[in-house]
Amino acid sequence: MLDVSLTYYRYGFLGGEFLTWLWFYIVNNDQNELFDNKKVFLEIGNKIVLERKANDAVEKVTINGKDAGLEEGIISLKKGAVVKELNLLYRKEDKEWSFTITGESLGISNLKVPDIGFIESKKDVAGFVVEKVFLYDSLYQLTDGLYKKFIKLRVSNGWVTVVSDMNKWINS
Amino acid sequence: MGLLSSSVSINRYYVEGKIKGPVLDTVKKGLEKHSFRENDVDPSNKTTGWTSFNNHFNPDFDGSSFVIDELFIFSLRIDKKSVSPKIIRKYFCIESDKRIRESGRGYLTANEKKAVKEQVTDSLFLRVPAVPNIYDVVWNYEKAMLWFFSNNRSANEDLEILFSASFHQPLIKIFPYTVADILLGLSDKERDLLSLLSPSKFTG
Repeated sequence: MLDVSLTYYRYGFLGGEFLTWLWFYIVNNDQNELFDNKKVFLEIGNKIVLERKANDAVEKVTINGKDAGLEEGIISLKKGAVVKELNLLYRKEDKEWSFTITGESLGISNLKVPDIGFIESKKDVAGFVVEKVFLYDSLYQLTDGLYKKFIKLRVSNGWVTVVSDMNKWINS
Repeated sequence: MGLLSSSVSINRYYVEGKIKGPVLDTVKKGLEKHSFRENDVDPSNKTTGWTSFNNHFNPDFDGSSFVIDELFIFSLRIDKKSVSPKIIRKYFCIESDKRIRESGRGYLTANEKKAVKEQVTDSLFLRVPAVPNIYDVVWNYEKAMLWFFSNNRSANEDLEILFSASFHQPLIKIFPYTVADILLGLSDKERDLLSLLSPSKFTG
């Protein structure tokens, strides 16, 4: 049986590596390579949190705002930080999701899904619940799909090349 | 923060194992047995229990009222009371002075002070109304997946404890390793390689 607390700490680095790779992937690749569907776009949103551990100290850098200072983020990466939280915008056809994903838990916060109108009577509740659940699930399909792409790379021989490419990006 | 709010936070759990016997009936019994009960007589500062998604202050799990589509939908209610330490200190001083006068000794023993503090704290907690907090739960039984609409660490811990007590099934927290190990459908070889990973360095 899985020892949850042991694996939580032992493999805690995976979340930070995933978000750092995702940032690299979004800004360095054609969106068509990220998704099969050409009507899907993923962009960096308005917040990036990075963290660097040095000896026993933890240095945290939070960058807020539209087009959140990539420059400051890259400086932190150069110092050895990884991304701990990433705000993203996901567009699919005419719908938009905005959310923050946390590396530690892959938990989602500040999630806003496409508008589905207002509940006018109690009879509407079940329909609204089904619609909202569908929209949340759509986002999880996206994040699980991206994470799967990352993990497949991470356990492959190709990861060495990815790390080298990320190193060049960070130091360019 | 609820499932229908304009902005939500979600933590995912994997529900390990299957319910033995009729699922709907077992879930209903678990919800009813651990449903939220108003607490006006117990001075404890926290009360937890399940409540209806549609009616947070009057739980009713009759029939299949907690089923929407293929999902079990209900809420966790956590009522918390708080009293400022300064208020406790104030009433402790008043009560201590009264006891000292009554005893005629001019002092209270350590045990007496402790008893006064407990009595004052209990009395204040009984008088203070609890603040209700509601967190929605979506449980997809077939997919063994549960969504909890809060990232609050303490609320998540309360969920894990109450869920296990109610349905006798452990919730496994979803985090980077468990997503990869449980949800992504990796091959055995990939899972073995995953277990051998160590951190990468992107610089230097």
